[in-house]
Amino acid sequence: MRLDRLNLRDHGVYLALVLLVLVNLVITPNFLTADNIRTQLVQMVPVLVVALGMALVIGTEGIDLSVGSVMAIAAALLPLYLGYGALPAIGICLVAGAAAGLLSGSLVTFAGVQPIVATLALLVGGRGLALVIADGQLKQIRNQQLLDLGSGSVLGVPLTVFVAAVLVVLVALLVGKTTFGRQLVAVGGNRKAAEFAGLPVRRVLLVVYLLSGLLAAGAGVLATARLTASDPSSVGLLVELSAITAVVVGGTPLTGGRVRVIGTVAGALLMQLIAATLIKHDVPASVTQMLEAVIIASAVLLQREGTGLRLRRQEAR
Amino acid sequence: MIAGIVRRHGALAVLAVLLVVGGLSFSTFLTPYNLSNLAVQATFLAVVALGMTLVIVSGGIDLSVGSTFALAGVLAAYGSRWGLLVALLLPLAVSALIGLVQGALIARWRMAPFIVTLCGLLFARGLLQLLTKEGSTTYLVPQDSALRWLGQGAVLVVLAVLGYLAGGVLLQRTGFGMRLFAVGGNEDAASLMGLPVARTKVSVYVLSGLLAGLAGVMSTAQLGSGVTVVGVGLELNAIAAVVIGGTMLTGGAGAVSGTLAGVALLAVIQELINQVGRFNSSMQAVVSGAVLIVVVVLQTLLSRARR
Repeated sequence: MRLDRLNLRDHGVYLALVLLVLVNLVITPNFLTADNIRTQLVQMVPVLVVALGMALVIGTEGIDLSVGSVMAIAAALLPLYLGYGALPAIGICLVAGAAAGLLSGSLVTFAGVQPIVATLALLVGGRGLALVIADGQLKQIRNQQLLDLGSGSVLGVPLTVFVAAVLVVLVALLVGKTTFGRQLVAVGGNRKAAEFAGLPVRRVLLVVYLLSGLLAAGAGVLATARLTASDPSSVGLLVELSAITAVVVGGTPLTGGRVRVIGTVAGALLMQLIAATLIKHDVPASVTQMLEAVIIASAVLLQREGTGLRLRRQEAR
Repeated sequence: MIAGIVRRHGALAVLAVLLVVGGLSFSTFLTPYNLSNLAVQATFLAVVALGMTLVIVSGGIDLSVGSTFALAGVLAAYGSRWGLLVALLLPLAVSALIGLVQGALIARWRMAPFIVTLCGLLFARGLLQLLTKEGSTTYLVPQDSALRWLGQGAVLVVLAVLGYLAGGVLLQRTGFGMRLFAVGGNEDAASLMGLPVARTKVSVYVLSGLLAGLAGVMSTAQLGSGVTVVGVGLELNAIAAVVIGGTMLTGGAGAVSGTLAGVALLAVIQELINQVGRFNSSMQAVVSGAVLIVVVVLQTLLSRARR
């Protein structure tokens, strides 16, 4: 029974992660050093934070393509308000992100536009808006508090990683322990049934897109702090694809009705380590990209296979 | 009766309004020169969006078309040194193969189209970078190549029009088209009726790959070289055109004529923004995004009213 539960669908991503680490221990020098671990974690923070919101949206059978542009908007706004101090400026970025999320959420909820199209419009317009706000310029960040957030660390743990870890715990609690989490999964599993059951479907959808925007803006702030510059033209470019990949590889199906927060973390870490491993061994970027495509496809395929095996075993019984 | 026509052809109605407004506001807008220019520039998106329409009608999505477009363009330029036949067959064969693999993964292995074609997007773009030595090599089409003849504006437009006629007949008048609607409408029901669901789905991704490849060849024929950076985000524009044209992403309904109207609408919006002239490229993106929201909301509300 216990062995039956340990199938590839639920645990494939962890298995792949362990295998990759073992392979790296053999073939990559200086892999398990504190320095390298720190570097890898810091690099994956923006994708991970975005992926947390994406996991919630995908859990409702939606998708949010606008996250990269929301990151850019946050990055563009940040230097404009640093005069009032770091915290108020970050607050304004987060409010802007929440507003962007609320816009996509309203389009999905009230206008009935399909999520992929609603957030596509924001992907196109959002990056343009960010560039208009920043006047197309890259701006250096000189605020000390923000620089500390980007490069400081507590007890050897980089601050950005610490923030990401706190967000992971919060989102995991939200999904696992709250009424809202259960409503979210119900809406994603069967929206009609959730409506008939009297769940606040519209409110759940609105809040989910709002959270995704909020987290994307947070990722924009973290990325800007680490870069020590606000660069709205390139920050968060194609992050939506990386985030979707992390979520799906982590075991959250695109069909909704289930959210795997820790799986998403493992998915983000797996993709980060794969890229880092290939780059470290001088594999060209083109081949890296092709291999990533093959790995994502196999990961998803293995998850399918996992269900297949389990079903067959149940039938045999 | 007029209200009914407006509902069924929302994109066309908005297009007509924009053409009138544009014609009254800018003297250079409705000139034959400007319109033919617009038509030529819109052919590439039009051909890609045709394949996307078929995929979306079948209930799927194809994110790989932008990368396939660019890859086919580079392959056409690369193959053109061995003559027209290689320049056409090499990219089309590779594009069809990409579609075939994707279709097989989606239909036979029952994987989500979004993920499979996302991998296709990454893979084709990676292959393209590999072929061009990480983007450092540009293949030129020889001056005397017949491929350049293919790149004339009139030829491109005729190709696109023929494509839409064939697509319209395929979707509305053939058994394949009916199977496409059936599979997109309710896959389980189609399967229970004994329709070849898997074969239909594989065919539609092969078609989409082929059309994206054809658009890439057309683009290279016009430009005279295989440009590696083109086609990024093309899949999103194609999806936007299809949706604006009234085809629902849920599958089972749609028409290629709507998609053509959607493509024209996107092209006219872009041209109007250019004509106003005060906007830089980032402001253009803002306006495009806002217009897209308005059009899609209108489209959704109109189609809801139809029901």
